[in-house]
Amino acid sequence: MSSLLPASNVPLTVEGLCKTYGKTVAVGPLSFSLTVGSTTGLLGGNGAGKTTTIGMIMGLIEPTRGSIHAFGHDMAHERHQVLGRMNFESPYVDMPNRLTVRQNLRIFARLYGVTDIEGKIARLAADLALVEFLDRPSGSLSAGQKTRVALAKALINDPELLLLDEPTASLDPDTADWVRAYLEAHRRDRNCTILLASHNMAEVERLCDRMVMLKRGSLIDDASPAELLARYGRSNLEDVFLDVARGRMNGKNRVGS
Amino acid sequence: MSNPAAVSLGRVGAMVLRYTYLLRSSWPRLLEMIYWPAVQMLTWGFLQTYLVQAQGGAPNSAAIAAGALIGGVLLWDILLRGQQGFSFSFLEEMWSRNIPNLLMSPLRPAEFVVALMVMSLIRLAVGVVPVTLMAIAFFGFNLWALGIAFAAFFVVLIFFAWSVGLLVSGILLRYGLGAENLVWSLMFIIQPLGCVYYPVAALPGWLQPICWALPPTYVFEGLRGVLLDHILRTDLMLTGLAIDLLLFAGAAFGFARLLARARRAGTLLQMGE
Repeated sequence: MSSLLPASNVPLTVEGLCKTYGKTVAVGPLSFSLTVGSTTGLLGGNGAGKTTTIGMIMGLIEPTRGSIHAFGHDMAHERHQVLGRMNFESPYVDMPNRLTVRQNLRIFARLYGVTDIEGKIARLAADLALVEFLDRPSGSLSAGQKTRVALAKALINDPELLLLDEPTASLDPDTADWVRAYLEAHRRDRNCTILLASHNMAEVERLCDRMVMLKRGSLIDDASPAELLARYGRSNLEDVFLDVARGRMNGKNRVGS
Repeated sequence: MSNPAAVSLGRVGAMVLRYTYLLRSSWPRLLEMIYWPAVQMLTWGFLQTYLVQAQGGAPNSAAIAAGALIGGVLLWDILLRGQQGFSFSFLEEMWSRNIPNLLMSPLRPAEFVVALMVMSLIRLAVGVVPVTLMAIAFFGFNLWALGIAFAAFFVVLIFFAWSVGLLVSGILLRYGLGAENLVWSLMFIIQPLGCVYYPVAALPGWLQPICWALPPTYVFEGLRGVLLDHILRTDLMLTGLAIDLLLFAGAAFGFARLLARARRAGTLLQMGE
């Protein structure tokens, strides 16, 4: 359990997190923490609150209530002490299109204080099959190539905590499979902690060792894929997702029930 | 771990490099930076040449007035382009949907603002310096010959330009690209109220206190003082600078508040082209 670790070693702790817009509850209350080297899926359909949750963790959205701690630091007041140990990728965020891939990566490497910038770019370009695109404007790349560039930016500082918001959205199956394989290998090699927002069950089943399920902003379930399959009496996570999305209650052992 | 309160020159340099890459990659951007100041200066300069020729009998006073007009045009361009240089660099981040990348990185807001100030100076150097040289060639007016007076005018103007740029950037963060027109238009209110081309005394009495609350007014009054009376009014410059510092502090506070409100409203992830 993450709670047994010293506070400064827990990559992420979210407690009682809520976000409301007027009378509309977008998220919460939501509590979970991540263990070092784990990959946790933040799951839910459209409008479930995944991106809002990621946005709050990133510090782009201010929570209405609750707290977020990364490596023991309160993200509301001490975020600049840990931002260098984190990074993220989101389809809602882009990089300057007129700059080349190399220029963009060079700038983010400087922002994150990376040493041996050119060597790091060369290694990431080789790993992510970007070598031939390094000197092309980012805006001229295909969706799959842009996703790989965004991943390179997200990995430029070897983050200990990586936040991914639908990293394979709008990718063709081949490219999506390639990205998933890369993330699996990266987590294994670097012991990086990953929080992955997605509504792609195949992706989650493959990458995640734990799933936090949201519906209309509320926590519906929090368990490993195997536990969820057992609880809902299903043979695959797609059906579990549909049970949650459509309010079917097969699992008597659901959290909170 | 590094001091979290320290401003990193490395991160400021990274942002300056980002904007420099952009300028280098786009000759239309570079051309546009020189084009408008040049057009402005030529238009007003030739008009003034015509008026001097039409007066005929009073060459001395006409020449002085010509200097005041062309000097006003050049200083106005420093003010306008200084603010736009700051604001356009910020707008580039919004157009490219890059703001979340920056806010989630170790870059601090103060470092971002310093980088925008540096870019404002670089863009001014590219856009306005050639035009000041053109003014010498076409109309015999040498802004640089004003020496220390020009330095004082520049400092007061650029701080005001940065204050307006900072406030507009905060409004853009909070309200998105719907507020983009402010980047182009807000500074123009200073043209009548800052008394760019005429003395404060030419305005109605009730309007004059508003004019004196604006630092550019002290610069343009100071310019006329230098050209007509050959005196640099240091009292005007110091008062202008003092108001500048107050306004800059207010703009920084406003920017921080607007950024906080954008975070509360959840709009930072929604902005784009």
